[in-house]
Amino acid sequence: MTHSATPMDETWLDDMQRAAFEYFAQTVDPCNGLVPDTSRANSPVSIAVVGFALSAYPVGVRRGWMSRADALRHSLAALRFFRDSDQSGAPGATGYQGFYYHFLDIRTGARVWQSELSMIDTALLIAGVLTAARFFDGDDADEIELHHIADMLYRRVDWRWAQDGGDTIRQGWKPECGFLHYGWEGYSEAIVLYALAMGSPTHPITGDCYRAWTSTYQWENLYDSDFLYAGPLFVHHFSHAWIDFRGIRDAFMREKRSDYFENSRRAVLIQREYARLNPHSFAGYGENGWGLSACDGPSDERQDVVNEERHLFGYAARGVPYGPDDGSLSAPAVLASLPFAPELALAGVRCMLLRYPQILTEGRLASAFNPSLAQADGAPWVSAGHYGLDQGIVLMMIENHRSGFLWQLMRGCTYLVDGLRRAGFRGGWLLHPTSHGER
Amino acid sequence: MPTFDATVSTPQDDYERERLAHVHPTSWNNPTPAPRYQLLVIGAGSAGIAAAEAAAALGVRVALVERHLIGGTCLNTGCVPSKTLIRTARAYAEMRDAARYGARVPGDIQVDFAAAMERVRAIRGHLSGGDSVRRLAAEGVDLFFGNAQFSGADSLTVNGTPLYFDKAIVATGARPQVPPAPGLREAGYLTNANVFNLTELPRRLLVIGGGPLGCELAQAFCRLGARTTIVQDMPLFLPREERDAAQILSDAFARDGIEVRLNTQVANVRVENGEKLVDLVSDDYRNTIAVDAILAGVGRVPNVEGLQLEAAGIAYAPGTGIRVNDFLCSSNPRVYAAGDVCLEAQYTDTAVASARIALQNALFGGRERLSKLVIPWCTYTDPEIAHVGLYVREANQQGIPVKTFTVPMHEVDRAVTDGEQTGFVKIHVRERSDHILGATIVTRHAGDMINEITLAMVAGVGLRTLARVIHAYPTQAEAIRRAADAYHRTRLTPRVRARLRRWLER
Repeated sequence: MTHSATPMDETWLDDMQRAAFEYFAQTVDPCNGLVPDTSRANSPVSIAVVGFALSAYPVGVRRGWMSRADALRHSLAALRFFRDSDQSGAPGATGYQGFYYHFLDIRTGARVWQSELSMIDTALLIAGVLTAARFFDGDDADEIELHHIADMLYRRVDWRWAQDGGDTIRQGWKPECGFLHYGWEGYSEAIVLYALAMGSPTHPITGDCYRAWTSTYQWENLYDSDFLYAGPLFVHHFSHAWIDFRGIRDAFMREKRSDYFENSRRAVLIQREYARLNPHSFAGYGENGWGLSACDGPSDERQDVVNEERHLFGYAARGVPYGPDDGSLSAPAVLASLPFAPELALAGVRCMLLRYPQILTEGRLASAFNPSLAQADGAPWVSAGHYGLDQGIVLMMIENHRSGFLWQLMRGCTYLVDGLRRAGFRGGWLLHPTSHGER
Repeated sequence: MPTFDATVSTPQDDYERERLAHVHPTSWNNPTPAPRYQLLVIGAGSAGIAAAEAAAALGVRVALVERHLIGGTCLNTGCVPSKTLIRTARAYAEMRDAARYGARVPGDIQVDFAAAMERVRAIRGHLSGGDSVRRLAAEGVDLFFGNAQFSGADSLTVNGTPLYFDKAIVATGARPQVPPAPGLREAGYLTNANVFNLTELPRRLLVIGGGPLGCELAQAFCRLGARTTIVQDMPLFLPREERDAAQILSDAFARDGIEVRLNTQVANVRVENGEKLVDLVSDDYRNTIAVDAILAGVGRVPNVEGLQLEAAGIAYAPGTGIRVNDFLCSSNPRVYAAGDVCLEAQYTDTAVASARIALQNALFGGRERLSKLVIPWCTYTDPEIAHVGLYVREANQQGIPVKTFTVPMHEVDRAVTDGEQTGFVKIHVRERSDHILGATIVTRHAGDMINEITLAMVAGVGLRTLARVIHAYPTQAEAIRRAADAYHRTRLTPRVRARLRRWLER
């Protein structure tokens, strides 16, 4: 245990975590191990959600929710699928240069929605692949095979190609037009991407690339907290699902005398303060009503209608303090803050559930709710179904909060550790990473 | 359906007659040239007028040559008309948004575009009095209208008349750049040079370019009722500004109902049935939109052509203008340059400041440097986006540890009472000091607020001193004091607090 929790907290957390786990157990395609982006009908696969699924199975085994054999079967199915997938980069392929398209057909694994080859989502998938490889390290033939495939998938990713000759990693690529021209400036969830890209024995990027990225960071004093600014809450979570940032620091954090874990704690304080101030007077905001993050939301966009004033933004990366803010909150993002600010996260989610019980269905939190768009009976707008990313991050962060299991596991991942070192991370557990690595 | 294109011309009304009487009277006769001028200024825009007036005030024998209109871009086709139009557009936006201020939305809001443009002409005519030819002549400036062409290292001709000079300042400004889109020229387009001549609102408008000019006019025309699309070939508007500022602007555009197309290029323009059909490409997505007018706001190119700069040995490049050193001296030691013809920062205030430097260095052997100027700038969208000094990324690239004190406007009482909470004040200081490196302000009156930071930087005043400055309450500029207060609180480390507590408990 990494904190002092009441038995009631533990039971409740266990229920929440188990329900999140069931998202993966219930939606995984047993043939190819792929997992849909959402629980909605006809949802395609999100490769990042598969990364979360691969990280969820070891937790499920450890907690007794899934047999090791089933977990291995699902993991191996997914890894075999990616190994054998079409890597030609054709418009209907699955990937290119070791990366994968963001959204895939759940049966065939072919690219859908004309989605982009996504560098960050591939990194989240690969983090899951390496988690599986760390967990399934037995002598059994299947576990040995899994290990080999994981190694092959990781080594196949050409991270250097993804630089496109530039200083930093590009966000996306499409066969129709090449690399996408989206800005990649400022702190984001990409530390895990950079660490994996630097740890590669085959196609590593250089330390300069990481420095070029961190030179776009903004260190801000906001609401009396000094922090590395990023607006949406999920940015302060995703890399932390796999990497224990307590006590380890890169050059930027050494200079600022902080670390990324503490930074995520401060992000929670800033979210709460923003919600307390509630500049747009939205319903449900307050010290226990926060969580502006990338999430679903109501939309006032109309098909084929342009030049309409927009006030509701649909699925968007909402952030603090500059928005966009349309009154939609993400309860999963609050719960995923558990390792950084346990009391505040628990108080927040409990309060939201008490006021808006509609946000919990099948024991799982909806992606978002918007109390300012209340129906006649006072029920808030609630996002339909569940999102795999939400369930994945909730599951992993509850586990890290309860036991630190995934952090311990990934301390022993030499690729990740090498990457962190090459990015300039020093101190803390990095002094003796493998000796703490739990198998 | 009306076709709007580059042939639109200014309506000739009393306001226009007043303006032309000030800036280029038809009855004007060039004076008889002096045998030699101590200073000759080419171009009577903001920089040229500032140099000529300052020289005349010092008793210098000075001539000023202008090809077209006194006052240059700022007065005639830039700041003055655009800010005037923006004010009208803001009035309509506030009418529609009246409920947000607890006021009743007027029942029938009909935009009178012709009246808005008449006001533009009236105000432009009124302000042109400040730069009138007769006033300049009365101040002792010999004013010549005509085309200037250098004929030697210390001479030029104006429409064939030779003028000789000891020193010269070239301040010929810049003109709108034409986007390289195929078919655009044939289809016709507007620029800042003629958009203020419109008397009828284009029903559908495409703005090409997400720089300051494109952003300001896209928002203004949208608020005046044009269905506006803005196309920018980069991920965000105002690429120079910091991400949050540009993002807030994108969100504001979405709220206004502007169709925002980022990462998008104009592939082709053609005219069919009186409509301009524009093919847009963003990554792998292509579509065609139909508009009535296209406004090109992609940037400006310096006016260096036709001056025969080679004859005077003045080095230049077509895209970047006259090459000058930090003292604004060209490759001809007699000739200096100022304003948009040689500067990257193309702002009226900078043009004027650079003209003063050029004058000082040209006439008095001064060693004033352009790089020492602290230059603020502002994009007059709603909210306005103003900046001075270093950006964080520049500080990081220079290895300067930087910390930003951020005050969202929703923390400022006056911004809340005014319903203007969107935006922020960010003051960048050297880490573990109160030394101000730069600032970005995004709020409705950011242009006015940035001046306090500029003053602090020029005077070497840090956040500690700013915290001692009493700001009138309630004003939006209080955000600056709040940032300074936040700095003060960071000095209260746990150790300092403990010491204070012990002292108080004695």
